[in-house]
Amino acid sequence: MNLDGALQTFFAEADDLLSSMEAALLRLDEGDKDMETINEIFRAAHTIKGSAGLFGLDDIVSFTHIVENVLDRARDGKIVITSDLLSIFLPCRDHIAVLVENARQEQENDAECLAQGKALLDSLQPWLEAVPQPAVASVPVIGASPKKSSGAEANHDAWHISVRLGPDLLRNGMDPLSILRFLRTLGDITHITTITDHLPEYNDYDPEQLYLGFEITLVSNASQQQIEDAFMFVRDDSDLKLIPPRSNIEAYVNLIKSLPENTQRLGEILVKSHAISFQELDAALATQKQQAKTTGAVGMLGDILIEEQSIAPEIVNAALDKQKKISEKKTSGENRFIRVDAERLDVLINLIGELVINRQRVDLLSSKMGNPTLIEAVTSMGNFTEAIRDAALTLRMVPIGDTFQKFKRVVRDTAKSIGKEIELEIEGAETELDRSMVEKLNDPLMHIVRNAMDHGIEAIAVRQTRGKPDSGTIKLTARHDAGNIVIGIHDDGGGLDVERIRKKAIANGILEEGIHLSRQELFQLIFHPGLSTAEQVTNLSGRGVGMDVVKRNIEELQGGIEIESEIGVGTSFSIRLPLTLAIIDGFHVTAGHIDFIVPQNTILECVDLNSLSHVQGQNCVNLRGEQVPYIRLREIFSLQPKDHSREKIVVVQFGEKRAGIVVDELHGEIQTVVKPMGPIFQALKGIGGSSLLGTGAVALILDIQQLIGFAINREHLRNNAFLVSAQEQEE
Amino acid sequence: MNQPSRQKKTQSVEVIKQYLTFRIGNENYGLELSQTREIIEYSGITEVPLMPNFLRGVINLRGEVVPVIDLAVRLGRKSIEVQKRTCIIVVELQNNEQNHVLGLLADSVSEVIEMNDENIEDAPSFGANIRADFIQGIAKREDEFVVLLDANNALSIRELAHLVEAQLQ
Repeated sequence: MNLDGALQTFFAEADDLLSSMEAALLRLDEGDKDMETINEIFRAAHTIKGSAGLFGLDDIVSFTHIVENVLDRARDGKIVITSDLLSIFLPCRDHIAVLVENARQEQENDAECLAQGKALLDSLQPWLEAVPQPAVASVPVIGASPKKSSGAEANHDAWHISVRLGPDLLRNGMDPLSILRFLRTLGDITHITTITDHLPEYNDYDPEQLYLGFEITLVSNASQQQIEDAFMFVRDDSDLKLIPPRSNIEAYVNLIKSLPENTQRLGEILVKSHAISFQELDAALATQKQQAKTTGAVGMLGDILIEEQSIAPEIVNAALDKQKKISEKKTSGENRFIRVDAERLDVLINLIGELVINRQRVDLLSSKMGNPTLIEAVTSMGNFTEAIRDAALTLRMVPIGDTFQKFKRVVRDTAKSIGKEIELEIEGAETELDRSMVEKLNDPLMHIVRNAMDHGIEAIAVRQTRGKPDSGTIKLTARHDAGNIVIGIHDDGGGLDVERIRKKAIANGILEEGIHLSRQELFQLIFHPGLSTAEQVTNLSGRGVGMDVVKRNIEELQGGIEIESEIGVGTSFSIRLPLTLAIIDGFHVTAGHIDFIVPQNTILECVDLNSLSHVQGQNCVNLRGEQVPYIRLREIFSLQPKDHSREKIVVVQFGEKRAGIVVDELHGEIQTVVKPMGPIFQALKGIGGSSLLGTGAVALILDIQQLIGFAINREHLRNNAFLVSAQEQEE
Repeated sequence: MNQPSRQKKTQSVEVIKQYLTFRIGNENYGLELSQTREIIEYSGITEVPLMPNFLRGVINLRGEVVPVIDLAVRLGRKSIEVQKRTCIIVVELQNNEQNHVLGLLADSVSEVIEMNDENIEDAPSFGANIRADFIQGIAKREDEFVVLLDANNALSIRELAHLVEAQLQ
């Protein structure tokens, strides 16, 4: 049996679990006291351990087992999670991630890695005291079937009380806690689980209603009557089940069957009802793993438990039934997700890209033939093609929240290491963008956030003198804006000093003295390689590498980045990106003999150039009273003019800017697949990619922002050259 | 065609490589066959504005957009004029572990030859009028010389990109 597929699923699942574990740990760090958060961490560790066991990943199992033990104690309230403990848990999580990664790479865990794990476990020791040594950490013993009585935690000699309290209990003036207190007078409650499955959504929550139930293990000499009496006042509308000590199997079967819906795994259900101990479960897992190795097949967990004779078949079947029902319920629920290999998705998108191109071709041919029925059919096929394209593209969209979330950890750790207090706020986490972009966005975001922490946010003492709160804030935001996505990184730090940037740029020979640049242009200088305004080089940033990489990465994504900053108040970066890179709606135009495509989302209108009045002596037209500067493509790209063409102006908007692009001919809307131009053309500004027309010809896609920037630059150069020559003449 | 048998006798570690030969002007050039992918008929090129002369434009190669280099300009010769036999040799080069596909404009494609390493001479230190690092070696064929090009140097993506950048400034 090939386990590769299952193994990949495990890795993917482990990644998810590790990131939710990290998020939960960070929530605890922020002061979250919710028991459910601890439970979440525990469940993550437990699931990773369990699944790793199935695949024989012993290092993961043994390490995670100890971590889980500590978590379990925290869950039972035996220890309190302090920030000290969290500082160990976070590296522990990282270590599990390393182990998982090594397993994925099929690499042996080297001595250093194992030593690190050992060190972490040692530091956990103080929280572990009095915890029995894990059975699974050692080599699993085959054949030594644990007997029921051997399990230290399996309380077969205790009463098991399963109670679902009536909804009207609180209204009737009863306090469920008093019942528990009374039970304690009868004996020792060794284990209690609160069943919160019936808690409704927040909106449906009725504070006067009781939704809770308990699974209680009570070591006591009391009689059944005495225990039942504890529930005397609530018995009528509550559901109470008692299992006396040393009960036979049927009792447990009945209990499992009657338990309310509960998403615990089979093992946990068994453990919860104390028909089996953790040790027995661990041993069973270990055996299963061993079997998987020797026979190549994964036995059902239940089968093994039976084989080990630690549990009777009836109990297992009841629990299995239950688990099946739960999983059936899950799949019919709202959150139905399937995992799809990202590569398969890319193949699909590429194929749809080809479909889009071919559709243009069919369009072209059918309109040439002029058969109305054919045109009708082709048009309707075209509509479906568009719908398929849109639907396929949404498949690749992922919320940016996950990316933002990662920065919580980065900010927390970094702030600690540089002795600053920094909070990270996240806004618009649900904003979606193309998966391929999310990946490429990570590095630039990391650079900017690190810079903000290192150079932006001031040291606490400085903040105090400036009258700011001790704790600095970095805010990550995301929102959609006119077919683009805008990602913001704001900090309330010291801000950028424009004058210092200018001086530094002049000192480094990037800028010539006497050249006037706008505020934004000066800010943009920080993206110049070799310009870092930090006085002091730290190990985080400040070496002058990084910001140029940021800019290049963003430009590779056909995006732009703007900076706004005020000294003493803070700095904001906004990164503007197209929604997707693969397929865009464009407008086909020609200038000279070259086909160009203007991205549809930037176009405001198209007008005949001659119908507009020009501003004398400038490349500027009067559009309904507004002055709009324009760029003549033929001019900026030095193209041969076409004969007797009537020039048209395409009015475009990008961010706050509005400009005209003058072309020779307009051809109409077109759906195009963006093809990268390749590294040779990297230096060419204003052209963001290429695309294929229905005829098979190549068209060049204009990058409006770059094009405008390019035009501004050229004008500057020309003006400066003019200034210089004028000065020379004067001299 | 008795080369292979002769090789067996000598038992030396000779390597026979195949080269695609083509003409630019009245000169013969060769490229390692393993680096070439296909030869296509010239059927128009989409010009890319502001590019240096050696970069003629881009073509659509079954859905892939491929830059086309005028090899003559790159080798310091006069730009190729499109004629009936003009064709584009599609080459695939490795650079930074990435595959780059380029089209090379050539006046005509001649044949595939097999050359023994022994029969290839080093590039002359001068006289070829071509940058020495572009030449892998010179092969002699029936009184004619074939300049075997070092594609990785002559068509270095990095260098081409730098040239484009320089042109734009």
